[in-house]
Amino acid sequence: MAALVCRGLCAAYGGREALHGVDFELPAGAFLAVVGPNGSGKSTLIKALLGLIKPSAGTVKLEEGVGRSGIGYMPQQSESRGDFPATVYETVISGRLGRLGLRPFYGRQDRREAEKNLRLMGLWELRTRAFRELSGGQRQRTLLARALCAVDGMLVLDEPAAGLDAETQERMYSLLRDVNKKEGATVVMVTHDLVRGAAAATHVLELDGGQKYFGEAGQWPGRAQYGSGEK
Amino acid sequence: MIDLIAEMLSYKFLVRAATVGLMVSLCAALLGVSLVLKRYSMIGDGLSHVGFGALAAAVATGASPLGLSIPVVIVAAVLLMRLTDGSGIKGDAAIGLISTSSLAAGVTAISLSSGINTDVCNYMFGSILAMSKGDVRLSVATSAAVLLLFLLCYNRIFAVTFDENFARATGVNAGRYNMVIAALTGVTIAVGMRLMGALLISGLIIFPAVTSMRLFKSFRGVVLSSAAVSLSSYLAGLVLSYAAGLPAGASIVLVNLVFFLAFAAAGRIR
Repeated sequence: MAALVCRGLCAAYGGREALHGVDFELPAGAFLAVVGPNGSGKSTLIKALLGLIKPSAGTVKLEEGVGRSGIGYMPQQSESRGDFPATVYETVISGRLGRLGLRPFYGRQDRREAEKNLRLMGLWELRTRAFRELSGGQRQRTLLARALCAVDGMLVLDEPAAGLDAETQERMYSLLRDVNKKEGATVVMVTHDLVRGAAAATHVLELDGGQKYFGEAGQWPGRAQYGSGEK
Repeated sequence: MIDLIAEMLSYKFLVRAATVGLMVSLCAALLGVSLVLKRYSMIGDGLSHVGFGALAAAVATGASPLGLSIPVVIVAAVLLMRLTDGSGIKGDAAIGLISTSSLAAGVTAISLSSGINTDVCNYMFGSILAMSKGDVRLSVATSAAVLLLFLLCYNRIFAVTFDENFARATGVNAGRYNMVIAALTGVTIAVGMRLMGALLISGLIIFPAVTSMRLFKSFRGVVLSSAAVSLSSYLAGLVLSYAAGLPAGASIVLVNLVFFLAFAAAGRIR
């Protein structure tokens, strides 16, 4: 069963066509690494997938059952606001927003889910700290915990390991592999990291405005080129 | 001090000014947190000028002041939010265009109908004599609605303010909540501007949030502190204005400034 189907997807961002002719079918439970140079349309693809921008042609469809509120989204860190007064806990539980429905406030189930993900990310002790006082790695983990609170079927990440040191990056990828395997969530991850990032994935989508490659990570020609971070 | 307050309470118009003012201060402080964090502070300023134009038009045509200015300011709020979000004219320039045009229209309307007089001064700088009984009822009802909506939308307002893309990605209609915030701000300003003055009402929106952000790190902390700062400033300002014979709107904004300086100093020390 396909978790995500793109058919002839074209999308413009900031007035210019950033993406054209993207066409693939991602099986449920896969871990997709979206790679390509700057300006190759990676973030535009994510925005189209999340419904933040409308495709100029073609379609992007989610698996039945994964509604918009079932996507856990982790934005690029540079997009999140550095000076905002919010605690780690406030940030993480806001991931449950999609589950509120018509309720005005978070319930026990939401708080339990937030606690579980805070503990998973090793943030429980930091939960009353201000988001703006955290280190880069702690912020990334906070945003990932928020995304995990929202996940019901699919996790979408934009450069989750950017700006982290090698060790923290490795932890981030192994966390993502866990979520992918144990929770059975389909993962779509934009990454610059062709070695470790692509090694974590089961599938690769390579973009350069158009679609250069889509398929299993093992068959990706870039794998040989950039060296594989085999485990 | 207690004598002074008892004396103030014996004046019906002061009690009315205090009732409406406290409700408006609370609304303005809560909405202000979101507006300031979304870099929309100047929308409050622009809206108060639009409100001035609407009030002047109401006086010139004999329409009900609040009956006319509330819808006009809501429409302007939604329009400004659209302009600020869209590309077209830059947001701050758009606010400048709209606010000076409304001010000019208001001044023209007043000078055509009655000539420039003390009324104009009252609109600009506020008057605590302005509240009639009907106004009080309408103001309390609208403020209560603003408070209730804010409370019910609290978690969504947090999410939309903190990270609009994330909120939209999880299926929240962020545009709608921006409009709700804009419309509620419009109502608050329309109700509060006759008391505070068109030139001073935006102080009620901006000061409490900015002040609280000096000291508090959590969103909830900032929201609660803003409410407390705003209510205390209003009461203290009103007492100060009565005791020293100063204009009420100006006294209230000055007390807000004192709070800001104190919080900023405390934030430094910490």
